[in-house]
Amino acid sequence: MWEYTDKVREHFINPKNVGEIADASCVGEVGSLACGDALKLFLKVDENDRIVDAKFQTFGCASAIASSSALTEMIKGKTVDEAMDVSNQDIAEFLGGLPKEKMHCSVMGKEALEAAVANLRGLPMAPHEEGEVVCECFGVTDTTIRKAIAENNLKTVEEITDFTKAGGGCGKCLDKLADLLAESKGGLKPLQPVAPARPTGLTNLQRMKLISKIIDEEISPSLQKDGGNIELVDVDGKTVLVQLRGACSSCKSSQLTLKQFVEKRLRDAVDPDLVVEEVR
Amino acid sequence: MPVIYMDNNATTKVDPAVLEEMLPYFSEQYGNPSSMHMFGGMVGRKLSEARERVAASFGCQPGEIIFNACGTEGDNTAIRSALASQPDKRHIITTRVEHPAVLNLVKHLERKGYEATYLGVDEQGRLDLEELRDAIRHDTALISVMFANNETGVIFPIKEIAEIAKERGVLMHTDAVQVLGKVPFDLKDIPVDFLAVSGHKVHAPKGVGAMFVRKGVQFRPFMMGGHQEHGRRAGTENTTGIIGLGKACELAMGNVTHENTVVRALRDKLEKKLIEAVPDTRINGVVDSRLPNTTSLAFQFVEGESILLMLDAFGVCASSGSACTSGSLEPSHVLRAMGVPFTYAHGSIRFSLSRFNTEADVDLVVAELPKIIHRLREISPFKRTEGEAPACTC
Ligand SMILES: Cc1ncc(COP(=O)(O)O)c(C=O)c1O
Ligand code: FES
Repeated sequence: MWEYTDKVREHFINPKNVGEIADASCVGEVGSLACGDALKLFLKVDENDRIVDAKFQTFGCASAIASSSALTEMIKGKTVDEAMDVSNQDIAEFLGGLPKEKMHCSVMGKEALEAAVANLRGLPMAPHEEGEVVCECFGVTDTTIRKAIAENNLKTVEEITDFTKAGGGCGKCLDKLADLLAESKGGLKPLQPVAPARPTGLTNLQRMKLISKIIDEEISPSLQKDGGNIELVDVDGKTVLVQLRGACSSCKSSQLTLKQFVEKRLRDAVDPDLVVEEVR
Repeated sequence: MPVIYMDNNATTKVDPAVLEEMLPYFSEQYGNPSSMHMFGGMVGRKLSEARERVAASFGCQPGEIIFNACGTEGDNTAIRSALASQPDKRHIITTRVEHPAVLNLVKHLERKGYEATYLGVDEQGRLDLEELRDAIRHDTALISVMFANNETGVIFPIKEIAEIAKERGVLMHTDAVQVLGKVPFDLKDIPVDFLAVSGHKVHAPKGVGAMFVRKGVQFRPFMMGGHQEHGRRAGTENTTGIIGLGKACELAMGNVTHENTVVRALRDKLEKKLIEAVPDTRINGVVDSRLPNTTSLAFQFVEGESILLMLDAFGVCASSGSACTSGSLEPSHVLRAMGVPFTYAHGSIRFSLSRFNTEADVDLVVAELPKIIHRLREISPFKRTEGEAPACTC
């Protein structure tokens, strides 16, 4: 049982500002069903850049709902710039503190706010989506992790998991998290993104062989760890046809796995124009 | 506010008759059963009675029972003993849905150089016995498969599995922590070599367990020390706990029919009414081969911890397979092994009843839970018709 403060309970049982704003000035969305929590934030901003209304919809645990409620209460009436000064720490403090394993709920609140403001300003991408995905299980980028380390003065890999969820799944990103931590302490050089050596001018046959090799040796073992699997059915020009098996076949997020993991890996390694499609 | 306890797969209430049986051995009858004097000897006699009661409920000999501290100890002891007695065999077969008492030990053993095969389950939580047959190697030391799953209640065909193991000359352990008192079994018919149970799941106290080691099977103790339990489990006996477990096993034999009629009917009603009242709800696990007291219900688009906390406000105790409750960030390994979609896995709630539940308990949950789910779905950004979740590489 989590030790929640009365304030968390109050904002969970009777959350403030639940719902959508039909004519919202902007919307910020973070998380997903697969991740176990998600927050959609609606803001109404007047001509003086003041937030006149804020509403939310949240899927998640008690602290996620309470953090969302707290966030909307805190930013209503503030200008957008003032609102951006609200940190995830402030959200947690407003609630009288959160269990440390639940700090990522307050981070999610802050990220939704950033995403909404980016949307308002017409920026192409929400800040949290920039950077390279370090933790594949929860889709957490190095930008998010670096920021969480700096803003919350994180000292251990465990704390990174508490604040961002990175590392809380299969654990294969833990080494990279340790590197990011060391780097923030000034110990290590920044991670060098290794430019994948991409073969050029492959014949059709060579391309097929390479695709098959990468699926068998890299992608399939990695999906098997989660109880799923993948099979190469055919390669038709630049279209790769695959079939998902096991846990993957019934998983709602399988399309994401397909696009963000399988297709990305094949594009990196074989050909940037490849398209991966599932045959059922 | 009265407590409506529907979390009996986590732990159970000590039956008043069990407590009564135990009480004198805390106070007047505090002797050490190993002592030479009559005063201790009387306690020793009471332990023999407990051993006979446990053996009777298992269908085995009293000499095949070893008392210990918990289900986890039985699992650990059986697995380690099987490995220690066959040093040339380096392979273990188990399943992906075992309790951590088995799973984490096997993972640990893998790091120590053993090899393991984890059998998968289908979307209903069932094993494929062909896969098991294929997994057996010449150096397989042990097959360890749970009798019934604690999260879904799915019962595995342990008799068939044990027969396969026997035919292939491989030792077999089963974690029967969840079946004792819920499903009758007879070790004369089921050729397992080891079996583990736990007191606190059968209305006996916490801190006592028992294991069965078939006569003739080589045994390597886990605890070394005094000659208690014929040198197979050193340490002065938890006399009151053992006496309680003995009584609980005796009661369980008498109550098993009740579990499979009255308790089952309550579970079925709870399940049926909730599925009727709440759209987008499904049962995790194969419905016709389940413990009579357990249902794992998955409510789409809501998160388990939120449901539990709202139920808690009505005094209702249940548990969840969601990530948020357990301290881990991913939904339960059991639901994931079954390939339960994330949209459902995060919103899975397990209700596990006992003979102490009433119709009124079920009625209250049936009245309140649909409202709770409705409220949480109103807060949730995901709606039935919206389909795909926003992008995430989880
Ligand atoms: C299937 C199963 N095995 C083992 C255990 C562990 O039992 P104990 O708590 O007695 O160690 C449990 C209890 O949660 C269980 O459900
Ligand atoms: S990649 Fe980070 S936990 Fe799996």
